[in-house]
Amino acid sequence: MAETLRVENLRTSFLTKWGEVTAVDDVSFSVDAGEILGIVGESGSGKTVTGFSILGLIDPPGRIKGGRILFQDEDLVGLPENRMREYRGKRIAMVFQDPMMTLNPVLRIDTQLIESVLAHDKVDRVTARQRARDALGQVGIPSPDERLASYPHQFSGGMRQRVAIAMALLHRPALIVADEPTTALDVTIQGQILFEVQKLCKESRTALIWISHDLSVVAGLADRVAVMYAGKLVEQGSVDDVLDRPMHPYTSGLIGSLPSNNIRGQPLRQIPGMTPSLLNLSAGCAFRTRCPRADAACLESPPVSVPASGREVRCAHPLVGGGS
Amino acid sequence: MIIYVARRLAQALLVVFAMTLIVFLGVNVIGSPVDILISPDCNQACYQASLKALGLDLPLHQQYLVFLKNAVTGDLGKSFAIGVPALPLIVERMPATLELALSAMFLAIVIGIPLGMWAGLKPDSVAGKTIMGGSILGFSLPTFWVGLMLIMVFAVYLGVLPSTGRGETVQVFGVRLSILTLDGLAHLILPAVNLALYKISLVIRLTRAGVRETITQDYVKFARARGLKARRVILVHVLKNIMIPVVTVVGLELGNVIAFSVVSETIFSWPGMGKLLIDSLRLLDRPVVVAYLMITVLMFVVINLIVDVLYTALDPRIRLQGAAI
Repeated sequence: MAETLRVENLRTSFLTKWGEVTAVDDVSFSVDAGEILGIVGESGSGKTVTGFSILGLIDPPGRIKGGRILFQDEDLVGLPENRMREYRGKRIAMVFQDPMMTLNPVLRIDTQLIESVLAHDKVDRVTARQRARDALGQVGIPSPDERLASYPHQFSGGMRQRVAIAMALLHRPALIVADEPTTALDVTIQGQILFEVQKLCKESRTALIWISHDLSVVAGLADRVAVMYAGKLVEQGSVDDVLDRPMHPYTSGLIGSLPSNNIRGQPLRQIPGMTPSLLNLSAGCAFRTRCPRADAACLESPPVSVPASGREVRCAHPLVGGGS
Repeated sequence: MIIYVARRLAQALLVVFAMTLIVFLGVNVIGSPVDILISPDCNQACYQASLKALGLDLPLHQQYLVFLKNAVTGDLGKSFAIGVPALPLIVERMPATLELALSAMFLAIVIGIPLGMWAGLKPDSVAGKTIMGGSILGFSLPTFWVGLMLIMVFAVYLGVLPSTGRGETVQVFGVRLSILTLDGLAHLILPAVNLALYKISLVIRLTRAGVRETITQDYVKFARARGLKARRVILVHVLKNIMIPVVTVVGLELGNVIAFSVVSETIFSWPGMGKLLIDSLRLLDRPVVVAYLMITVLMFVVINLIVDVLYTALDPRIRLQGAAI
């Protein structure tokens, strides 16, 4: 499979008045054309910042401090803003989490779709409008011609997310970064959108990065999964491998906390403790204070081991053979 | 929409009614204009005659009823001091004030919005901080002092701009305007700048606050993620969203400038309504004060109405309903 994106040792940090916060630390992964990679983690684990880093949308006081983002073999890190703009929306598109907030409330849908077309293609307005309408139809919005003249507040949340997805699809990008796009939606709408996104990606061989905190969504959608904790990628591999045989104690804990994996009537299992603040991360494994397997070795930065091709785990004491 | 406008106008009439009542009582409490207007050697008979001539011999409620009856027919009474009808007296002074006020608001908008956006987009830059520092000066320096300084610098030391009057005017549809002649324009600059300084600062701060708030919104980041040029993101996505508070305040301030540009008009001897109001108050010239305030109330209502209608153009989520208070 052709590799669409390869992220190598990405480090993104934010300079705050309390010190420098490294939100993404030494993260490496790759996505192939037509492949869906799920990035899973809790709030603050750095998954959203990873997504924004790929699009070059890290605003001061944040910046990419190191690593490479190879998109179709070209390094995006350090690319000047006007070159980066040509990638955004055209070859790399993004869908945001909250559909109620991502469309400009005072501009009509057609204005926003057409400006997206015109941002990258020199076409006349009639053609642009045509493409806008087709894009709405493609994501399953009924009577797209009439809906074009609507304002965002005249759409439901699910419909707005479809509009946002239509915008992402306008230029047939090679890569879509979707940042929890179904989190704010009803479960039924979520199911429909997941199904359609999956279908669209497979048909057009678009690489998709699906950022989520919901393991069950990723399990049903992604081909491969990467688990993030406190800015670091702790484990990645194919969905089946990682979910059936987790090797990092954190992944194992996440899977164990799913309500469906718990016995009815018993208190739900949870990972003890809390996510550490990124401000005062000490050296060594960030998960060790919550980890049942931690010992003195975890005070050192844990090594990354590659137990099998495409499988990685960052742990001094990986669970061998898996099991949660 | 039509119902909405009709309702608003009806409310305006109520406000005008209440306002006349307040002014009638208020001016009556301050004192009798006759005491100021009659000559010192006037005897009791002459005093009574003056009272009767101005209609002030009647009890206050009867004076008020007479006023109301005349007002319905469009007659707001004659000036006590100079004996001419109050309404034409004010209307005659209006173009000068409108011209000054609109010029000042124009300056406030074309200077204030760009500077405010700059300060909002680059809050930590030297330019951004300078703009905000300057706006504090614009806020806090007293208008009369700035007016005097302007005269001193530009009229006295540099001698480049005239300091008083309207200069040469031309008649357009029977209205005298300064702005269309070079001389008139030169006369307009200093008072307009003087009046605009505070408004510019206000618009800068409003715009900056709006920009700071808007650029953190998801839809701005999403617009960038769609690959839109920075110029379009700022001039369309950000600007349109910050216009509502700006339009609100500009509308209110416009009313304020028109009604109460007294200080600047006095300093620059601008023959507008503000000067007339001050003179009338000094003479307790009730008909002029009442007529002036009635015009002011109507003007505020109309401006607010225009602002409301502008809202619907700026924000599609706002719909004017019949029931609006």
